[in-house]
Amino acid sequence: MTDSAKDDGFVVFDHVQKSYDGEILVVKDLNLSIGRGEFLTMLGPSGSGKTTCLMMLAGFETATHGDIRLGGKPINNIPPHKRGIGMVFQNYALFPHMTIAENLSFPLEVRKIGKSDREAKVKRALDMVEMGDFGGRRPAQLSGGQQQRVALARALVFEPELVLMDEPLGALDKQLREKMQFEITHLAHSLGITVVYVTHDQTEALTMSDRVAVFDDGRIQQIAPPDQLYEAPENSFVAQFIGENNTMEGTIEEIKNGVALVKLDSGGMIDAKPINVSKAGERTRVSIRPERVEYNRDRLSPDAHTLKAEVLEFIYMGDIFRTRLRVGGNDEFIVKTRNAPDQRRLTPGETIEIGWMPDDCRALDA
Amino acid sequence: MSALPPYATTPQRVWYYSFRVICGLIFFFLIAPIVVIIPLSFNAEDFFTFTPEMLAFDPEGYSLKHYQDFFSNSDWQNALYNSVRIAPLATLLSVSFGTLAAIGLSQDHVPFRRAIMAILISPMIVPLIISAAGMYFFYSRIGLQGTYIGVVLAHAALGIPFVIITVTATLVGFDRSLTRAAANMGANPVTTFFKVQMPLILPGVISGGLFAFITSFDEVVVVLFVGSSGQKTLPWQMFTGLREQISPTILAVATILVGISILLLATVELLRRRSERLRGMSPT
Repeated sequence: MTDSAKDDGFVVFDHVQKSYDGEILVVKDLNLSIGRGEFLTMLGPSGSGKTTCLMMLAGFETATHGDIRLGGKPINNIPPHKRGIGMVFQNYALFPHMTIAENLSFPLEVRKIGKSDREAKVKRALDMVEMGDFGGRRPAQLSGGQQQRVALARALVFEPELVLMDEPLGALDKQLREKMQFEITHLAHSLGITVVYVTHDQTEALTMSDRVAVFDDGRIQQIAPPDQLYEAPENSFVAQFIGENNTMEGTIEEIKNGVALVKLDSGGMIDAKPINVSKAGERTRVSIRPERVEYNRDRLSPDAHTLKAEVLEFIYMGDIFRTRLRVGGNDEFIVKTRNAPDQRRLTPGETIEIGWMPDDCRALDA
Repeated sequence: MSALPPYATTPQRVWYYSFRVICGLIFFFLIAPIVVIIPLSFNAEDFFTFTPEMLAFDPEGYSLKHYQDFFSNSDWQNALYNSVRIAPLATLLSVSFGTLAAIGLSQDHVPFRRAIMAILISPMIVPLIISAAGMYFFYSRIGLQGTYIGVVLAHAALGIPFVIITVTATLVGFDRSLTRAAANMGANPVTTFFKVQMPLILPGVISGGLFAFITSFDEVVVVLFVGSSGQKTLPWQMFTGLREQISPTILAVATILVGISILLLATVELLRRRSERLRGMSPT
């Protein structure tokens, strides 16, 4: 969240449920509050209910149960064309029979805005996305990236307070996508609009958002700013879904002073931070980020528990080294280390000791 | 079709040439009867056959007298007037109702879509004489038999299936997110229909309308049953002419009708291409 914005409940989902067939709930008891000016991303695998939530907010789907409020007013019974919400569609949905300028002019015309006013707004919106010279072209004459910009301009031209984006960058190549990610965030913050953004690309979610809501199975699994989401996932699903992650299964031996001692199934003991485990004897899945694994003994605390690991593969990637280890029975244990001058380069076949700070290793639900 | 590649085998060569011959034969079979009436309509005699003068390309053998007859004879002029009065209105009704039906039936939530579609299409499948007889009895009961409105309605019913089929085909390629986008930008459903959906399905609407028009303009069976002498259309007059007068004027009329059909089809095709080019329809 930006400094000025706070969660004032501009958009609220209050116990919202959605079922298409009357039996299976696609969205199960969704509670979400979005502040004015916030950039919130709904992230999740396909079928997790995130797009359904966006469609309910836009008014193309109705909630089976619960209230959706915009600016304090319930909008369940307001048809889409009276909600005044801007939207960027996955396939851009530009009108092929209109020029770019006519496309942008459309929302202004239906609002009965005068011609000169309209032209000024269209020009401003096109300039904003650096498409000022393309007003006379038709959508089919533009590249995917240009169409994307036009779609963005069209969603912003009638100055809505809330703009929804449904995987708008999905069809672009990687480089263009990264450029647009930056541009969209920049625009959203400079205009002070509230954005609800849906994606299944976690990098996109992390780089663009003030807060990310991770969806799975019709529920929000965790909602947090990107850094918290990555560094402090609250359950196994989030830990697995966001970023790369090493996991090991085991049983809690004891929890003392906020540190859990975990006996791994493959043998060996490690320290971990208990997150959603509470007592000894409980099954747990410990999770550790590849970049938080340490194999320089002198960088670990003297009493840290360590594990023996065999180097299977060492990949030089320029800025980082990526090492694949066998730890316990797990052949896919990944370690990422920065290419620093004093960093040791491992050779396959060698046996090392790995460890980590207890705070970085999280004991989650199994 | 591409030229024969140098590595073609003998069967491929045989097929390559026989394919062309077959195509030629099919076209000949379809077009020859129509083409033959055109020179015959310029016959100087009152015969339906080529006279020796005509075959010798003697200018004496040709004349425009049958055309003159068409434009001066009150029977023919009356028939033309009736056709021109009936066909456009029937077309308008077919296009309006057919388009609405096609849009309605393309929505997923409509129950019994297939059954409704089948009923609406049935005038195209049921033998015309059966439709005509049914309409005759039905329209007699409700007082529409032998009226202008009755013939218009009957022709509209015949034209609707064409419009439904062409518009449904265009709707298959219609991106539903466009109407969502329009709604999202604040357009109510009516504006969305006229500003977004209609312009995009217009080619289908136009070709459907053209078929509906030609159906009404060419139709003879239904009008014989449902109409009375006050609704005598061109095809009806041609039918009578063939049976009672055996005058080659009917050939002149046929030639004019063929000309009108070609003109209409060409115009519509040009319009359609132009609109597709303007819209810059991408191949996606």
